[in-house]
This record gives sequence, C-alpha cells and structure tokens, in this order.
Amino acid sequence: MNLDVEARDDTTAVLLPAGRLNLVSSPRLRAAVGDAVESGRTLVIVDLSGVDFIDSSGLGALVAGLKTARTAGGDLRLAAAPQQVLSVLRLTNLDRVLKVHESVDAASDA
Amino acid sequence: MTGGRAADRTARGRLLLIRLLVLVTVVSGTIYIGWRWTDSISWSAWWIAVPLILAETYSLVDTALFGTTMWRLKERGEPPVAPDGVTVDVLVTTYDEPVDLVLATATAARDIRYPHETWILDDGARDELRAAAEQIGVGYITRSESWVGKPRHAKAGNLNNALFQTQGELLLVLDADQVPVPTLLDRTVGYFSDPAVGFVQTPQFFTNVDDADLLGSQAPLFYGPIQQGKDGWNAAFFCGSNAVLRREALMQLGIVGYVRQVDATVRRTIRTADSILARAARRADRETPAVRLAVDEVRAAVRQARHDLDSGMSLGELTYAFQRRVDAVSLAVVRDNAAAIRADLAVIESLPVERDAELGTLVVDEAAFDELARRDLSPVGAIESVRAIASQIDADVAGEAQPVMPLATISVTEDMATAMRMHSLGWRSVYHHEILAFGLAPEDLPTMLQQRLRWSQGTMQVMLRENPLTKRGLSLGQRLMYFSTMWSYLSGFAALAYIAGPIVYLTFGVLPVEAFGSEFFARFLPYFLANQLLFVVVARGIATWRGQQYSLALFPVWITACWTAFANVVLHRPLGFVVTPKTTSRGRRPVPWRAVWPQAAAAVLLVVAACVGLVRLSTGHADLGPTLVTLAWVVYDLVVLSVIARAARYTGPSPTKTVEVTS
Repeated sequence: MNLDVEARDDTTAVLLPAGRLNLVSSPRLRAAVGDAVESGRTLVIVDLSGVDFIDSSGLGALVAGLKTARTAGGDLRLAAAPQQVLSVLRLTNLDRVLKVHESVDAASDA
Repeated sequence: MTGGRAADRTARGRLLLIRLLVLVTVVSGTIYIGWRWTDSISWSAWWIAVPLILAETYSLVDTALFGTTMWRLKERGEPPVAPDGVTVDVLVTTYDEPVDLVLATATAARDIRYPHETWILDDGARDELRAAAEQIGVGYITRSESWVGKPRHAKAGNLNNALFQTQGELLLVLDADQVPVPTLLDRTVGYFSDPAVGFVQTPQFFTNVDDADLLGSQAPLFYGPIQQGKDGWNAAFFCGSNAVLRREALMQLGIVGYVRQVDATVRRTIRTADSILARAARRADRETPAVRLAVDEVRAAVRQARHDLDSGMSLGELTYAFQRRVDAVSLAVVRDNAAAIRADLAVIESLPVERDAELGTLVVDEAAFDELARRDLSPVGAIESVRAIASQIDADVAGEAQPVMPLATISVTEDMATAMRMHSLGWRSVYHHEILAFGLAPEDLPTMLQQRLRWSQGTMQVMLRENPLTKRGLSLGQRLMYFSTMWSYLSGFAALAYIAGPIVYLTFGVLPVEAFGSEFFARFLPYFLANQLLFVVVARGIATWRGQQYSLALFPVWITACWTAFANVVLHRPLGFVVTPKTTSRGRRPVPWRAVWPQAAAAVLLVVAACVGLVRLSTGHADLGPTLVTLAWVVYDLVVLSVIARAARYTGPSPTKTVEVTS
C-alpha cells in the first residue's frame, strides 16, 4: 500500500491510501491518522479512491482512527470509496456508522 | 487407500450403531418419563415428587441433546496439507504464571516448524519476562497505554490488545502452560485453504495427571466424541487454547460488534435522555435560568438526534452533529456561570444583615454562603448529567480501551462467546482430533473447583446475554449444540433432587414414586440400559466415569455458577474473575472443608438416612422393595460423592504410574 498525506488546511488532513488496505498495511494508516491529529488537524478525511482491496483489519484501522479523531474533538470521514470497499462496509454494517461521501470536498463540507 | 476405505466403513458402521442406540434411548426414555408424569407421581408428597420428576425430565432432555450431538459424530482423519506462505502469529498468553513455565512454552512455540512469529502476551508486564523473551528470541507484548483506567477484560482483553500489534493471517493461541509440538501448525494450517474456515480447535491434554485422574482434569469425552459430534453440526467449540484462528474472522467480529455497540448505546441513550433531562430541567428551574436554557438546548439536540436516527442518517454524522451542539451549549453555560459567580461575589461584598420575614430571625452569613454554594454547584450538576448523556451519543466507545474488540468480552470465558458469534456470521469451524500440545492441570481440589466455577459461570453468562436459541444467523444444529452445553450446567439442581429423594423416603417413609415394582422396572430398565450402552459405544474404551461422577458431585459449583451468573447479568452484580493457578505447592494440606461442605453434608445425610431406613425396615415400618431400590440409589450417590473425599486429599500426581481400581 502507498499512503499520501495532504494538509488541506490548518485543521484538515487528507489521507490517500492506494492499493491493498489490509492486515499488513493497516497499522500505517492508523499511525498516519495519529500523526495528523497530533499536528492539530483533527478533521481527517480518508480518500479511498485508490484502494482496490480492504479487509476487516483495514476497517479496524478506520474505526481506530475515528476514535483518535473524536477523542481530540475532531472527526474521521470517508470519501470516494470504490465498489469493493462499499460492499465490505455494507457486509459488516460499518456503513451504519461511517458514511461514504462522494468526494473529499463533500466530506469536508458535511 | 484400501486401508482408508476400510476405516471409513468401520466409522460408518459405528455411526449407524450410535444412531440406533440414540433412537432406542430417547424413545424408551420418553416412554418412561411419560409414564412417570401421567401415572406414578405421588401428588400427596408433591413437594418431593415434583422436584424429582422435574429432575428426571431434565436428565432425559440432557440425554436427548447428547444423542443429537452424537448423531453427526465426525471423524476427520488426516488433515489437508498446509500450503506455503501463510503468515502465522503464535500468541502465548500469561498473567502471573512462573517465568520458567512461560518460557518453556514460548521456546516450544518458537520451535514450531511451520514459519511463524512467536509472541508472549504478558498481562503481568514483568520486566524479567521481557528480558527472557528477548533472550530466547520471541516477541513480547503488554497492554498499550489506552488500557489505563479502562476495563481490562482479562484474557480476551490481552488477546484483543495483541491483535492490533501483530499482523499474521492466522493466530495460534496457547495458554502459558500448553507446550506445543513442532508439527502443530503443519497439522492445522491446511484446513484454512477453505476460505470459510474461521478456526481449528485441537484437544487439551494434561501431562501432570496420573491414570486415576482424581480431579477429573482430562476431558476425553469432550475432547473426543462431544467435540467431534459438534463438529458434525459445524459447531465445534473454541476452547481458548490450542486453537488456530483466522484474523479476518476475528476482526470481522470486532467490526460488527463495534457497530452493534454504538448503535445500541446511541439508541438507548436517545430513548432515556428525555426523562433524565426533564429532571435536570426541573431542578434547573429552581436554579439559574441560564442552566435551564442550556438543558432545554440539549433536549432539543437529543430530539434532533432522534429525528436524524429515524431518517436513516449515519451514526457517525448524527453523533458528530450532536457533540458539536453540546460543546457549544457547555461553553455558553460555563461562560454564563463565570459571570454569575462574579455577580454573586459582588453581592456578598455588600451583603446586608437581613431579617427573615417569617421567622423573624437574623439570616447569617453562613446561610448566604450555602445559597451561593448551591447556586455555584447546581449548574455543574446539571451539566454532569448532560455530559454523561453526551458521552453515550458518540461513536468512540469512550468507556473501552479500544473500539474494536475481536474476542468477545461479554463473558469470563471469552472463547465460547467468540465461537458462537463467528458461527452466527457464517464462519465454519473444525475440530482436529489429535493431541498437539501438552499442558498442566490444577493439582489440588480448591484450584480445580475455582476453574470449574469459572467455566460454568462463563457459559451461563453467554446463555443469559446471547441466548443461542434466539441468536440470529445460527443453524438449528448449532443452536442445539450451544444450548446442550448450557443445559448441562443446570445439572446441579437435578442433583439436589436425586440426593433428597432417597433421604426423604428412608427417613420419613414418604415415597415420591407411586410404583416401585415391575411397572417401574419394565419402563426404567430399557431406558437405563440403552443409555449406558450408548455411553459405552461412544466412549470406545476411554475413561468417562470420572466425568460422570463430577457432573453430579460438583452440584454446589454448578448451582453457584447459575446463581452468580444470573446475579451478574440480570442484577448487574460483579462476578469477580479468577485466574486458574497453573502450579501449586506440593505437600500435605488440610481438607478444604469450606469448599466441599455441601457434599460432605449430603454424604452424612445419606448415611444417616440409610441407617434409619434399615431400622424402619427391621421394625416393619417400611416395605422391602422400595427400601432396597432406595438403598441401591443411596449407594450410587455415595460412590459418586466419594470422589470428592479422595480429591480433597489429593496433592498432585503420584510419581510412578499406578493402575487404579476405579471406585
């Protein structure tokens, strides 16, 4: 998995994981959320458009990231998830908690 | 291949015989119990007759469930070949076991042949063990900081913590005393080539137990026919150790559980928040108007949240919006309050001595201060209840160390609940009947009693929290397999009736069964014999007598377990968690009377009753037939209970193997 991090503004960070978000790569995503929140960017948007596979460990990293962001008074939001990611979110009911926004802009405005 | 086929034929023949015996047992049992209910209850002595017939009915249901388990007995034989390249973490869990013992297991775990990583999960966070782990070249994990001040959830918490610090596709879980053989993974990893397999359980076997096994530690019937039967229904049990689990299955449980918990907590809080806030508003009414306004604003936020929930908004969005709104309110109140306090202080400066209109006494400074303190504290009090509600309407599961808990934490025995949840999500399970790890059993009666109590408490907790008969996603067979184990722990109540029955007759001449003659035997004997024969065929030479003894003789443990689990789940009383010590000091110890007085009392009463019965018989106050049947019953009860007397004096296995005449 490749992971790009962009600082959108002083309070918002955009994470761009690409490839497989699974048991091997999920710790890095968790760490990246932690870093962003620590630097004061407590609104973390995860742009999933580059992810072609996610497993339950990947979902676990998203949930852990949500907790990190919420504890700091911020939020973690998902954007632009491809079909496989959407179906895994549905299968585990995680879409009940984490809504997938159309785009990073939409997630930021929500 | 011909050898394999011949073995298949034998297995099929055996299964047919088992099924035939199951049918005969259940049919004859139903005939007997039907007759007992309709034709033989002494209603005049209902106070003993009814408990006894209930106990007998309980036993028939128990037998039927056992028969159902045996109906699909599955002998798997050779496991599929383990493919290369599967990543595996071997996790050795420990809390306070001796360092040497943990290291012996960890070293053997490290030397397992199939490529893997080994980790010691030390819930005791001992520096000595950390250094030793490094020395033998295995990983070492303790709880992360997020667990400080949060519920630890014992072994389940220990494993859940480690799951987020390791990465293998599969996890082998070993208790600190379970020394694995080098081929353990080669023999089990192959099953996971089927992507639907969630876990593989292997037997637990204990090396510090002699042939007599006075504490009944080996469970050859469970780690054998019972697990094989459950396996046939795709309901093999995960038993906490010596099992390989698929990380994906566990993580999926964790995610599904997280969503369920957030959903349930938010819904419950939104439902109950109104009455709590209404109370806060009434109180606030008498206090500062600003607080009243704040509480009203939070009530509006809860109403909005309820509306959002009904309109299908995601819980993440809903809780975020709610949190922001409450934050704004809190800020306003604090600000407003600061102003109020300043104003109050100004008032105090210029406080005149007032005369109370009604009492005509002077209002002194103390009273003014009290008033101020009340006004100062009450807004905070109101905000406290608001804060409590606010922390519930969130998505971060603030009360727990980590939001995702893959291993179930609803019970002190995390294993059964975890397996049941996995089954309910459609994962398959395997029981591989081959001893691949060698462990240590408790070596004295009190320790053994603690262990059994914990197992039975855990099972009853699961039963009360997630009833398998109604849990979604389970097949009928799986429901019955889980229910069967839970049902078996109700045996303590039946035992009371089986012990009380003969005492009542021999002492007072009150007969709970109307007919003890040929009518009785014609119906009872076929049932009894078929049942015994079924046991013999199923056991195929393994020693099951110790297990039978203990299922009756540990009646106080089973009853305690039922009661404490009920008090815990329904009445929310603490259960207390006991870690089973793996080694105990050898040597003579006094008999632990406090642990076994119910059995001792039962034995004394039975003996006294037998004596009284004999006197009554010799003086012509009792009939010969019923007295003899009842005396035989007493002898059976005493033989069963005798195991406790021997176990109480037990101080560990004898150094040389001795052949023991079974009592």
